[in-house]
Amino acid sequence: MQIYLPIAEVSVNAFLLLGLGGMVGILSGMFGVGGGFLMTPLLFFIGIPPAVAVATEANQIVASSFSGVLAHFRRKTVDLRMGTVLLMGGLTGAALGVVIFNYLKSLGQVDLLVTLCYVVFLGVVGGLMFIESLNALRKSKKGVSAPPKRRQRGWVHAMPFKMRFRTSGLYISVIPPALVGLFVGVLSAIMGVGGGFIMVPAMIYLLGMPTKVVVGTSLFQIIFVTAFTTMLHATTNFTVDVVLAVLLLVGGVIGAQIGTVIGARMPAEQLRVLLAALVLVVCGKLALDLLLEPSELYSLGTGGGH
Amino acid sequence: MLKRLLVALALCASPALAVDEEVVLGLSQDRVAITANFDGSEILVFGAVKREAPIPSGPPLEVIVAVSGPSSPVTVRRKERKLGIWVNTDSVLVDEAPSFYAVATSAPLNEILSDTEDLRYSVSIERAIRSVGAAMNIRGAQEFADAVIRIREHESLYSIREDTVAVDEQTLFRTSIEMPADLTEGDYVARIFLTRGGQVVSQFETTIDVRKVGLERFLYNMSRQQPVWYGLMSLVIAIAAGWGASTAFRLLRE
Repeated sequence: MQIYLPIAEVSVNAFLLLGLGGMVGILSGMFGVGGGFLMTPLLFFIGIPPAVAVATEANQIVASSFSGVLAHFRRKTVDLRMGTVLLMGGLTGAALGVVIFNYLKSLGQVDLLVTLCYVVFLGVVGGLMFIESLNALRKSKKGVSAPPKRRQRGWVHAMPFKMRFRTSGLYISVIPPALVGLFVGVLSAIMGVGGGFIMVPAMIYLLGMPTKVVVGTSLFQIIFVTAFTTMLHATTNFTVDVVLAVLLLVGGVIGAQIGTVIGARMPAEQLRVLLAALVLVVCGKLALDLLLEPSELYSLGTGGGH
Repeated sequence: MLKRLLVALALCASPALAVDEEVVLGLSQDRVAITANFDGSEILVFGAVKREAPIPSGPPLEVIVAVSGPSSPVTVRRKERKLGIWVNTDSVLVDEAPSFYAVATSAPLNEILSDTEDLRYSVSIERAIRSVGAAMNIRGAQEFADAVIRIREHESLYSIREDTVAVDEQTLFRTSIEMPADLTEGDYVARIFLTRGGQVVSQFETTIDVRKVGLERFLYNMSRQQPVWYGLMSLVIAIAAGWGASTAFRLLRE
């Protein structure tokens, strides 16, 4: 069944969108990731204009993170204070990101920026994850568990404006979390992702937060930042397609439930190798598009003079 | 346009042009509604030639039907290899390019329409695109205009289909114009030209109204006119849909 998307102004198969949402949903349920970093490139591949894909994906992430954050609130695994500091940084970053996005759009370089960001971040994150999970897999085969590393207490703890974060049991400066939030906010606006794949490692390794509050707190920040990003894109670019968002979402939510069931039955290390491989495949496809000579050298954009 | 036509008629001494031949036209539909499940449309164009005198001798009557969508400026960008990757470098603003352009003819276009007439009426795809202000410092500005045609032909937005207008007894004609699913809305202009020996002897113009309707119309208007409310509505709808779907699924499994 073809469906005409009112804002993207393209006609696509509704079942393709539901299927894509479902597939990414299964993966996000299996691996416990947001899936924005997979969905946005997939939307590029099926011919949704990049600007619409990024803005709509932000809208979808708000919704798909919503039920997750509720569950974390019930379990009291959200550090509201830390979340608020991250959020302040995130909102500033998102505003900055949209300004950068619109400026490069006027130069005709926005596709390049988005693709480059994806290649770099997917490459780095996928590569690190792949190496780490391969090592973990090898160790678990030998039957020797790695000794837990001591938390680093370096420059992060030497900064001013210290604040007590009771839920996380931390007494650190607000500057590092605010910077982490800012960085993720910029990425959220440019790439149409929640940024959990950057924020979660940063919170654990950089800020030294306990693992049990990390996911809830990052979801808390993601919801507000992506909601803000959605509003910014909707009011400056008019590129949020609600029909597209709902179709992806319905598939995504159902997929996520199935994915959680599958994920619970698979060994964690193998799951992470799979996820890393998947991230690297998407990264490779995008990198090839940049490196190989395109079959069509010209591209069309709407005329200037706005 | 009419004045030009009269001048042209006065200047030409050809006997064929002395005879008034007029188009009487019918369209299977004069409005296209873009609904949620819109996946393209086919418009039948049919008509007859009205004349007071008998069919003139000489070259036979030929018919050209051209349907064009609303025109807008288009920025064309060219990729070049920089530091190993392909990036957009030069760009040219094409002043006017129709969002849709389809030509159907009763014989090969260059046989039934002379170059001067094509220039005058802008019938062929190349003539329908104007790029007056193309920057002179970029080599091959024409390549950019060609790229617009190539890309839009590839997307089935531009097409020229020769020998697809059936003409009976130099009086009745009919053809169909296919419109793809990815249409932009606006007033589409259908022009019908009658030609003899490469000269246009009569012209007729009508509009086809292409509009989003219903939900599509509502969402599009809202996103442009009340972007703040549209954004908030998108968030609420998305949250409700996501929460609803996950609750429904959980209930189902229990």
